[in-house]
Amino acid sequence: MKQENMSIVENNRVTKDVHEIILRGKLVAEMKTPGQFINIKAPREDLILRRPISLAAIDQHNQTCTVLIRSEGQGTKSICEMKVGSSLDVMGPLGHGFNYDFLNAGEAALLIGGGIGIPPLFELAKQLVDHGIKVTSVLGFTTKDAIFYERQFNEYSEVFISTDDGSYGTHGTVATLLSGQLADKTYSAIYACGPKGLNRMVNLNYKDHPNAYVSLEERMACGMGACAACVCQRQDDLSKNEKVCDHGPVFRAGEMVI
Amino acid sequence: MNRLKVSLPGLELKNPIMPASGCFGFGEEFANYYDLGVLGAIMIKATTLEERYGNPTPRVAETPSGMLNAIGLQNPGLDRVMNEKLPFLSHYNTKIIANVAGSSEEEYVAVCAEISKSPYVHAIELNISCPNVKHGGIAFGTDPEVAYRLTKAVKAVSKVPVYVKLSPNVTDIVVIAKAIEAAGADGITMINTLVGMRIDLRTRKPILANQTGGLSGPAIKPVAIRMIHQVSRAVNIPIIGMGGVMNVDDVLEMIMAGASAVAIGTANFSDPYVCPKIIDSLEKRMDELGIVSIEQLIKNTREARYEK
Repeated sequence: MKQENMSIVENNRVTKDVHEIILRGKLVAEMKTPGQFINIKAPREDLILRRPISLAAIDQHNQTCTVLIRSEGQGTKSICEMKVGSSLDVMGPLGHGFNYDFLNAGEAALLIGGGIGIPPLFELAKQLVDHGIKVTSVLGFTTKDAIFYERQFNEYSEVFISTDDGSYGTHGTVATLLSGQLADKTYSAIYACGPKGLNRMVNLNYKDHPNAYVSLEERMACGMGACAACVCQRQDDLSKNEKVCDHGPVFRAGEMVI
Repeated sequence: MNRLKVSLPGLELKNPIMPASGCFGFGEEFANYYDLGVLGAIMIKATTLEERYGNPTPRVAETPSGMLNAIGLQNPGLDRVMNEKLPFLSHYNTKIIANVAGSSEEEYVAVCAEISKSPYVHAIELNISCPNVKHGGIAFGTDPEVAYRLTKAVKAVSKVPVYVKLSPNVTDIVVIAKAIEAAGADGITMINTLVGMRIDLRTRKPILANQTGGLSGPAIKPVAIRMIHQVSRAVNIPIIGMGGVMNVDDVLEMIMAGASAVAIGTANFSDPYVCPKIIDSLEKRMDELGIVSIEQLIKNTREARYEK
């Protein structure tokens, strides 16, 4: 099974425009890898494309998964307005997520996230901790009011926060933290997901790191590899590309042109 | 009796439903979702002589009840289609319609000559209507003389029937349809997408890197219905209809307009199971509407044409 009308068991506004939506359904049994996404049909017939949203948390025991959605356009707005008890047409899980099989207990991993790119790193943090990994999270937001999941990340990792306007944490971006107080730290693995600027920085700065990964975003139509809308250029051969939905969304740092 | 079967040149279809080219890849992804053998046929993604990587991104943008795309004919090229994609599809009990594109007459002819030799290809869909490439594509489908010449050249080399895919981006589609019929086309597929554009309010620039893209989805269905109605009255070759079909009623509407089979495009992105769902619900809806069989409906539609 790859598609289901999942029921909304919680819909919590966590910032001015970000909603935490918890969905229950059989599809959860298929959700295992952090960094994978689900493709959600907005509850409006005139919006025909699904919205790819990364999984923020998976709870097999309660048969639920959590997504964090920023009410940005008409589709995400209509999803965020849905009431608890109603159902959402979901496809997934899709794509290739973050791999950490190569890490051994006791090793250290660094998570670098920005804005609405942060959610998939949360399930990753949980699974890394279960795997015995020591996790550091570096999270960037625009401003204090835009911060979400700080407490949740604190449960699983040492957290460093930056804000663009300096209203909370370090004034600047995640790059300020990485080149500042975290400059001399080393990690066995690095995982990132954020806006294009953050992804580009990680893609460049950690391209020689043996285990650095970045999750990309691109406009998608099918979300399952058939339409070739969401491609990204390969760094090793600029004439070639890969589908973000299918080959990705997680790529090795330096593998793709961002 | 199979109430859903349709006989077309080169295509004995067990039902009139097929995914449209470009919306289904080469079937591999959808094969993870359902048995492709339930489909009447599959229209594979446009194939060119050499591998193509398509346009820069963004390649898609949503529009009211539709979407724009400017993929740019990304495909693995003739050799890999022949050696990998078609053999994969041959495992399924369905008909294969090979969509062929090119940037020159020589390329179209070369690809058609080769791909029509495949034992797995039952018909060619000559793509003279792609709006998203700089050379070729739509340029072959907007001038009746050019369309005539290309169709004739392709017919001379193809081992299988040739269906020509028409562009709606013309002043009079009937002129093009008559030209390709005169050139010996075995059938018509229509419509390809309508050229459109969206502007990003923040950047004040087109959303698509290609600037323009092809509009598809329910927004274009009335245009498709009108054009199929017009063309079916002007030519004697069969039409495979497409353009914004989302459900079983749209399929029947398109056949009533003059199509003999119906392709589903953009709807595959909303619901990957849309084709099998439509096939499963066809007979019940036909019962409700007093339709004995698809072939009877096609025949009745054709007869009604001559009454006025």
